[in-house]
Amino acid sequence: MTRVARGIALSISLTVALIAAILLSSVVGQLPITPAEIVGSVLRALGIQNGWAPTDPIVESTIWIVRFPRIVMGLAVGAALAVAGAVMQAIFGNPLAEPGVVGVSSGAALGAAAAIVFGGTLGITAALGSWGIAVCAFAGGLLATLVVYFVSRANGRTEVVTLLLTGIAINAFAGAGLAFLLFMGDTASREQITFWQLGSLNGSLWREVAIVAPITVLGTIAAIVLGKRYDLLALGERNARHLGVNVEALRIGSIVLVALLTGVAVAFCGIIAFVGLVVPHVIRMIIGPSHRPLLVASAVGGAALLTFADLVARTIVPGADLPIGMLTSLIGGPFFFYLLYRQRKRSGGWA
Amino acid sequence: MSASIKATGIDVVIDGQPILAGIDIDIRAGQLLALVGPNGAGKSTLLSVLSGDVKPTNGVVEIGGRDIRTVRHLELARLRSVLTQENQVSFPFTVAEVVEMGRSPWARTGSRDDDERAIADAIGATDVSHLVARRYTSLSGGEKARVSLARVLAQSTPVVFLDEPTAALDLRHQEEVMSTAAALARAGRAVVVVVHDLSLAAAYADRVALVAAGRLESVGTPAEVFTAERVERVYGLPVDVVSQNERPVILPVRGPSST
Repeated sequence: MTRVARGIALSISLTVALIAAILLSSVVGQLPITPAEIVGSVLRALGIQNGWAPTDPIVESTIWIVRFPRIVMGLAVGAALAVAGAVMQAIFGNPLAEPGVVGVSSGAALGAAAAIVFGGTLGITAALGSWGIAVCAFAGGLLATLVVYFVSRANGRTEVVTLLLTGIAINAFAGAGLAFLLFMGDTASREQITFWQLGSLNGSLWREVAIVAPITVLGTIAAIVLGKRYDLLALGERNARHLGVNVEALRIGSIVLVALLTGVAVAFCGIIAFVGLVVPHVIRMIIGPSHRPLLVASAVGGAALLTFADLVARTIVPGADLPIGMLTSLIGGPFFFYLLYRQRKRSGGWA
Repeated sequence: MSASIKATGIDVVIDGQPILAGIDIDIRAGQLLALVGPNGAGKSTLLSVLSGDVKPTNGVVEIGGRDIRTVRHLELARLRSVLTQENQVSFPFTVAEVVEMGRSPWARTGSRDDDERAIADAIGATDVSHLVARRYTSLSGGEKARVSLARVLAQSTPVVFLDEPTAALDLRHQEEVMSTAAALARAGRAVVVVVHDLSLAAAYADRVALVAAGRLESVGTPAEVFTAERVERVYGLPVDVVSQNERPVILPVRGPSST
């Protein structure tokens, strides 16, 4: 099959997966709702009166206050993380770079946790309101990305060993920081911080979605616009510069983009690792590494994957809502081992 | 299409260490200039300075009469192309995609036909048409070198810099690459090639610039530059210079084999 044919096949399967994920997630749960009730309720919200719409106000509020914000949040966060992963891999020139693995997510979580514990005293909550945690998560993520970038780059290339060691160091530091904040914080803060460490879409609210979704959409568009330049960056920084790319500007812009997408996802849903690793990798295997199609497909694939993962997280143990970050790491961790093993076998080393 | 490069008074000092000192050189349209010299003489640094990658500590590089530092990235990419020694590609792009990347500075400037013609010419000139569907990352060193050269040729710039394009190549492909470079020069481009093989440089270059210890030792036709006395002094190795079709061939003086 040619790459074009695979691309078409992938687009169709991703669209089907996305719609299936949304429908299944709307229908399945502690309170079963029929697909007809969902469609009817959406149509009614659009101003079209119909016979399918639920009459029970509990069903109606479950759809609009519990399920839909959570689904939209899952879509947005999944897309944000997958796009952040693909962008990070492009600027590091390495398929193992991922916000969770190299510590950007934990940097963002530390920023968010610091805002929870000290936000009141430092006046961050007063100044920025509900954006305070998001802004601090972004700042933490940005700082972590900058550290990883400048430590692990040498002569325009990233050494895998240095990249992963930097990730270990940042994860360890941020983990210790989170532990310190757990120790410092009051009970309410502790609960919130634990939630950040494990990652969950539970309790997503429309006003949170209103922050995450626009940033995801704008960030994804920005990444797609830069897609051609990411292709050239695969030739190495010098060669990209010879082809007219302003590498310094692209680098800085992309670091901010990764921090923004990761930060906004972490700020409201905690650390959900490996989405940015698995999704772009699988898509690259199917349609090749060209960045424009890769970024589009990663956004859709990430959205579908996280929505499915969240459905599993909240239904697999009856009556319990598992942290989704734990679930993605359980699946993503072994996948990461497999990638390391393959890269090592192929290149005979780590560089 | 003609854009010459003129460098005056180039000094490069890195970490207090002088790498290049007092270099004046001009690169003319229609000529193939070979940069030769011993390892560590500063050839690659000089190439980086001329191509606008490295800012000289002192001195000015002009491209088409303008200071190269004032030319924007994209505009510079339409004036000069560079084949570097390092040509790894991070992701498994196909050869066709890699060569097509050479056209990116011309995106939205001309017709799709221009792109296709430039790509077809570049692929033909570098003998890589049988590789187009392969993944770049699966190629051998010599194949990668030729595909990268095809990418640089597809960029279709009036000035072309090639940093050791023959390093990983077999005998036939070495000759082919050099004659491709010479053909570009005949077509009116300014071509600069860094080579180690002095006979190869002598066979194809219009002019040779011999760099030694950061200074320009000599510039001129191959016959003027490659005298036995000068090569011996610069490389510290006795050589014989013989002539083939009025081009010098430089041979190290080797004793009879001692077996």
